[in-house]
Amino acid sequence: MFKFLFDRDTWQEVFDSFNKNKLRSVLTMVGVWWGILLLIVLLGSARGMENSFNRLFGDFATNSVFVWGESTSKAFKGFQKGRWVKLTLSDAKKVEENVEGIEFVVPRSQSQATVTRKFLSGAFQMAGDYPLLDRVQKKKLIHGRFINQADIDDNKKVALLSEDCYKQLFEKDEKAIGEYVQINSMNFKVIGIFKNGDVNMGPTTDMHIPFTTFQQIYNRGDRIGWMMITGKPEYDIKQIEADTKLLLKNLNKVHPKDGRAFGSFNLGKEFSKITGFLTGMQFLTWFVGIATLIAGVFAIGNILLITIKERTKEIGVRRALGATPFEIKRQIVVEAVFLTLVAGVVGIISGGWILILIDALYGQGPDASLVNASVSIAVVFIALLLLTALGTLIGLIPAFKATSIKPIQALREE
Amino acid sequence: MLKIKGLHKSYPIGDSSLHVLKGIDLQVEEGEMVAIMGSSGSGKSTLLNIIGMLDEADEGEYILDGLPIENLNEKKAAVYRNKFLGFIFQSFNLINYKNALENVALPLYYQGMKRKERQEKALFHLGKVGLADWAQHLPKELSGGQNQRVAIARALAANPKLLLADEPTGALDTKTSHEIMAFIQQLNDEGKTILMVTHEEDIASMCKRIVRLRDGVIMEDAKVEQIRAEQYV
Ligand SMILES: Nc1ncnc2c1ncn2[C@@H]1O[C@H](COP(=O)(O)OP(=O)(O)OP(=O)(O)O)[C@@H](O)[C@H]1O
Ligand SMILES: [Mg+2]
Repeated sequence: MFKFLFDRDTWQEVFDSFNKNKLRSVLTMVGVWWGILLLIVLLGSARGMENSFNRLFGDFATNSVFVWGESTSKAFKGFQKGRWVKLTLSDAKKVEENVEGIEFVVPRSQSQATVTRKFLSGAFQMAGDYPLLDRVQKKKLIHGRFINQADIDDNKKVALLSEDCYKQLFEKDEKAIGEYVQINSMNFKVIGIFKNGDVNMGPTTDMHIPFTTFQQIYNRGDRIGWMMITGKPEYDIKQIEADTKLLLKNLNKVHPKDGRAFGSFNLGKEFSKITGFLTGMQFLTWFVGIATLIAGVFAIGNILLITIKERTKEIGVRRALGATPFEIKRQIVVEAVFLTLVAGVVGIISGGWILILIDALYGQGPDASLVNASVSIAVVFIALLLLTALGTLIGLIPAFKATSIKPIQALREE
Repeated sequence: MLKIKGLHKSYPIGDSSLHVLKGIDLQVEEGEMVAIMGSSGSGKSTLLNIIGMLDEADEGEYILDGLPIENLNEKKAAVYRNKFLGFIFQSFNLINYKNALENVALPLYYQGMKRKERQEKALFHLGKVGLADWAQHLPKELSGGQNQRVAIARALAANPKLLLADEPTGALDTKTSHEIMAFIQQLNDEGKTILMVTHEEDIASMCKRIVRLRDGVIMEDAKVEQIRAEQYV
């Protein structure tokens, strides 16, 4: 069936008819070339954009919501309105136990603290944290380690400092791990130095100490600042947020319809806006690319139609010599597919070059706007498949046109 | 070889129709060389094209080499043309971007013959018309007579049973016409059946039988003493 594709004569014929109308053939191929180039470059750029977003958000468990207490706006069960709701560790525990689809809940507390070392000092934002925090918001450690369970269990006086904080308290290149700093006049051993991320979720934190230590030195008892809730990937974080708030209202004797009692920041919702935008971009890209491609393929079909008309007599002669309509059609379709594919492959290659150029211009460095702008082999494969299909379809029109008239009419044509 | 009975053909022209062939009866035996004559518009080409299965009759019977030609679809017609028939046209109808050898090899290509074998065979036939040295030349590099000889080689390449020629010398001067006729006579001597349309009496007299058409019917059909073309070359 496809033996003719490996026949030298088939390609000789394609080559001959290409040569006969060189300029015209090249001009028509420009349409397809442009379409596929556009598709590759746009898709690659969209991918680059997605990659750079992912790099920015990659340190966060994006299916998360942060919840904290605020003041009530409705009187309920004997409480006046305007009461400040205080979340506790047991609230966090109950949320984790009762709300469906939760991966984990991380309670946090934060406060300003004065830190001194030798003759240097500064005021910093200090948070009390569980080891689990590292899973919601991956810390980029430059030196040392994050808080572990032993630190929590023993209320250890250990601290992680941000890079900025370290620079303020230490000499350049001075060893910090194992050294001591005074936090609110208490000695804390430095166990790690971390880098502040490009994007911060919630208030910035300059220092982390164990949650239990924090609660102890500030005498917070059970009260927590806020909780970070991470949902399982397959659960809707908006639903988790709603369920959590309802549960917390119940636990804290807040009116069920009170919209003010809890503040929250839904990372998942924000993130899905961005991914939605990226998906939209990709969709638009495919749409624009394919539309251009179809226009290009139509141009090829059109030219073939003209060429076929000019070759009417030749086709008549071939039929007089015994070419079946199928053989004639097949040849024309092969020509169409060949032109489309060659234009497409050239388009893919030049699109690739442009992506390499884009990568060199905008893809370098830690804050590149397009990280690794590229298209996958799958996309290239789909594009080629699409081209073949379109080429075949569009080739069928001149093919049927060529064999629609009787050989004698074709022979009479001048 | 060929038997036609009650053949009718008309062409629609606007609302009316032009009745071109009005009941043709014709029988041609193997090895004959027949000239079809008649005034312009008498239907000579129409008849030849129907015989060549390039066109279809409206009515009538047509048997070629014992095979009734009816209910032809294009595919079947193409196969029959390829197997049984060789065409020679007044305007040669060579493919202008293919050289002599490729032109001659074309019917063999459509027979599905392998490239090498095809080229050998095509070269052999080009040799027979004396153009072996011109195999690589394009039609535009050859004279009219040479082009017609390439066309004859092409018609012969597939070894057809019947050779159909529509005014094969119509575009050639007298001398070249006689050369071409000498070739065709030689083919006939070798046993090929030949049917040719012409309106030149001297060309017709080089055949063995002359069929005259007028107003869509055969007016006269007579065997003649063949005049050899070699004597003029
Ligand atoms: N496709 C067609 N449509 C309409 N009329 C046609 C068609 N083909 C031929 N005719 C008409 O049929 C008649 C016979 O045509 P044909 O070509 O057979 O004549 P001919 O005998 O070969 O003439 P000539 O010597 O000029 O070649 C002519 O009047 C011609 O105009
Ligand atoms: Mg005629």
